Amino acid sequence: MNELFFDGTFVGWKRAARGALVRGVDPAQARWIDARSAQTEFMLANLESVAGTEGDAPGVFRVPREFMTLSGCVSCHRDESRWTRLYRLLWRLTHGEPHLLEGAIDAEVSELNAMAKAVRRDEHKMHAFVRFREITTATGAWFVAWFEPQHLIVELAAPFFADRFAAMRWSILTPDRCAHWDGKALTFAEGADRSAAPTQDAAEDLWRTYYASIFNPARVKIGAMTKEMPRHYWKNLPEAALIPQLLAESAGRTAVMVAASEERVERATDFSAAAVPVTDDVGLLRDAAASCRACPLWRRATCTVFGEGPVRPRVVVVGEQPGDQEDRVGKPFVGPAGLLFNRALVAAGVERAELYVTNAVKHFKWEPRGKLRLHQKPNAREIAACRPWLEAELRALKPALILCLGATAAQAVLGSKEVRVLSDRGQLFPTEFGAPALITVHPSSLLRMAAGGDPEAAFALFVEDLKKLRG
Amino acid sequence: MNVSEKLAILADAAKYDASCASSGTTLRNSRDSGGIGSTTAAGICHSYTPDGRCVSLLKILLTNYCVYDCLYCVNRVSSAVPRARFTIEEVVNLTLDFYRRNYIEGLFLSSGIIRNADYTMEQVVAVARTLRQVHGFKGYIHLKTIPEANQALIDEAGKWADRISINIELPTAADLQLLAPEKNQTRIEGAMSAIRERIDQSKAERRESAKAPLFAPGGQSTQMIVGATPTTDATILDRASQLYDRQGLRRVYYSAFSPIPDASSKLPLIAPPLVREHRLYQADWLLRFYEFKVDEITTGTAPNLDLEIDPKLSWALRNRQWFPVNLNSAPRHLLLRVPGLGVKTVDRLVQARRWQKIRLHDLTRIRVSLKKVMPFIETLDHTPSGHGLEDDNLRARFAAPAEQMDLFATQPASGPTLEF
Repeated sequence: MNELFFDGTFVGWKRAARGALVRGVDPAQARWIDARSAQTEFMLANLESVAGTEGDAPGVFRVPREFMTLSGCVSCHRDESRWTRLYRLLWRLTHGEPHLLEGAIDAEVSELNAMAKAVRRDEHKMHAFVRFREITTATGAWFVAWFEPQHLIVELAAPFFADRFAAMRWSILTPDRCAHWDGKALTFAEGADRSAAPTQDAAEDLWRTYYASIFNPARVKIGAMTKEMPRHYWKNLPEAALIPQLLAESAGRTAVMVAASEERVERATDFSAAAVPVTDDVGLLRDAAASCRACPLWRRATCTVFGEGPVRPRVVVVGEQPGDQEDRVGKPFVGPAGLLFNRALVAAGVERAELYVTNAVKHFKWEPRGKLRLHQKPNAREIAACRPWLEAELRALKPALILCLGATAAQAVLGSKEVRVLSDRGQLFPTEFGAPALITVHPSSLLRMAAGGDPEAAFALFVEDLKKLRG
Repeated sequence: MNVSEKLAILADAAKYDASCASSGTTLRNSRDSGGIGSTTAAGICHSYTPDGRCVSLLKILLTNYCVYDCLYCVNRVSSAVPRARFTIEEVVNLTLDFYRRNYIEGLFLSSGIIRNADYTMEQVVAVARTLRQVHGFKGYIHLKTIPEANQALIDEAGKWADRISINIELPTAADLQLLAPEKNQTRIEGAMSAIRERIDQSKAERRESAKAPLFAPGGQSTQMIVGATPTTDATILDRASQLYDRQGLRRVYYSAFSPIPDASSKLPLIAPPLVREHRLYQADWLLRFYEFKVDEITTGTAPNLDLEIDPKLSWALRNRQWFPVNLNSAPRHLLLRVPGLGVKTVDRLVQARRWQKIRLHDLTRIRVSLKKVMPFIETLDHTPSGHGLEDDNLRARFAAPAEQMDLFATQPASGPTLEF
């Protein structure tokens, strides 16, 4: 038996293998010994002498380029037998079988190919599954990862991270080796303990949110997941902790979706919660309301008519709902009632441009009468369905005063039917929005005034109420 | 609404887009640029969710507000799902924060249509521009473009993005009319053609000069929803085949229609079996890499793919006169027809034949399943027995029990992963 000492590295093995070939050491007689794991000083001393002689041996052996690629990969495999197998292949290539790697299917080569494939796969998985955590050092941010590779691939896999994260400073700690990048050079050090790595990062909650949200509970393929992301990698993946919970909930979530669809088929019209974004930006609210389906009124309306006016209005005016013209134009108070309202504002000395004008219900409710679209009063359920939009507007705009035009507006703003417009008009009522509500009639009531009424007196009364808006 | 709440809504809204590929673009790194990011030839899947799909890109919508009413879509205007909208800066920061921690290969940004196509497209392009120009981002960017958007905006999208895509959505014009009334097949294909022209032009220019500007070097892809209408697999594959030929697409993705929150009553209540999507991908592979034609994969009497066995095996059982194929003498295109032999294995065998005769144990060494191939092949030491190919039960030997195909089957449905 021929004992071949080397330093445990691929470079050291190549040097020693070249020497062994020169001396004609038969692979069956060769025993490869990693001197790092050998304990005695004798062996280390022996290594020096071996390296000294064999390192200088002339390398006159020709091997195919494929062998260098293959052996480089196999040398990273954790299997102890790799050096023996590689030497046997080297021996065969240089002893009568130079075409061994050019296509013929050989049992030993197939095994080595499988080992190389396992190493390349592990390298790829390291590129995929390393998770950096940011720490703050005296000199700025540093990104640190803890990873447990299957094979001895840290040196093999590290240049990828240097290419990708060149402008960052990072370290990848593993039980075998550690790689460090300071923004300029890649260095390697002895393996580390898990406790040396940071345990959390602020971005991980966001990442888990993304992972949970991108998962489609209606299609579960656990096998496809574990095939590409085997369980042994899970413990260092922050997102993997969610998997059991996501799986447990998936069937239930899908059942709810299907049940909801079935219910929808049974009831053509439906109410749901308005999807109001949490924001102080009225523009965003307006965009969001454009697709509101919280009540069935949208089906017959042309568009959502949202409020309009300055971003910081002193007064917010609330009407009932858009009419025929508002529905076509998409703006509030542009029809006959709007014109009357404008006239009354002028008479009261109030600038309309200073008011934010909106409605309690933001879709036009109507019934066909011949060619006309006849206004219909919204019912309590429709007012309630639309109220979240009005609430969001009032909270975003923070006016000093809210003017309610008519009973629907008063009901929507005050949240109750306690107010009677005709008896309570001109009075202030406290609201939940930090501003009092002033109650008056809706201008359309003046337009609808039955014959025998006194339109001029009614208009004057309306103007008197509006005068209370002046600063 | 904070970023986390928006992310939950806008990732949820994006998950019905199957594509997550980060492969096939120019190779870049950030060693000398001072920026961040790199690309690899094959792309990297950074995680996998329990639905078996890979997570390679941060796949989100800029907003799920949409003025369109496409019935299969969770974001259609008439859907009551919660809505949100990211700012450009929020998307840029999220991408960089995830990228620095090695969670992703890059960004796949899509959007509901807000106000109009141009307004929306401008915002999407601005995200890509900011990542590339302000932050020197070298990672992968996939932008979903809107067929109705101005050509100048699509041109700019192609300048920053590795891949751009327009979803064909449904296989026929009639399907579109039924379920996506605002979309128009002619317009979609017109936009695809325009993109193809730009891609071809850029490639030609770069052959002349390496400094010529890139245009979507990762190519163009699209997606079709399967199972929302009664359209057959034959029609779907025919459509895919046309798109590969006419538009030079890199990939056609098939997305099995799946139940969505607040679904329209015009949609089927039951999702199509996931295995149908899987079979379509297998058939797609046969078209692109195995020299099959659509009319070989489906037939006039069977316009839908067999759900129990894969399309290649199905073809072989209908065309038993071609078998057995002799592995030592048959040309490559016939080896590709053998059920159980993939492209890599076939190439390996063709190479090995130059040095040796193929025997069964050689197949074992290169990990071929003998059980699957033996009825169809001849080797030096094997000829299928008389009652092999003629056996009427041959199909039954391969067909898996039907209940494994269930929606919630936990059996692995092995097959093409989406990342290559």
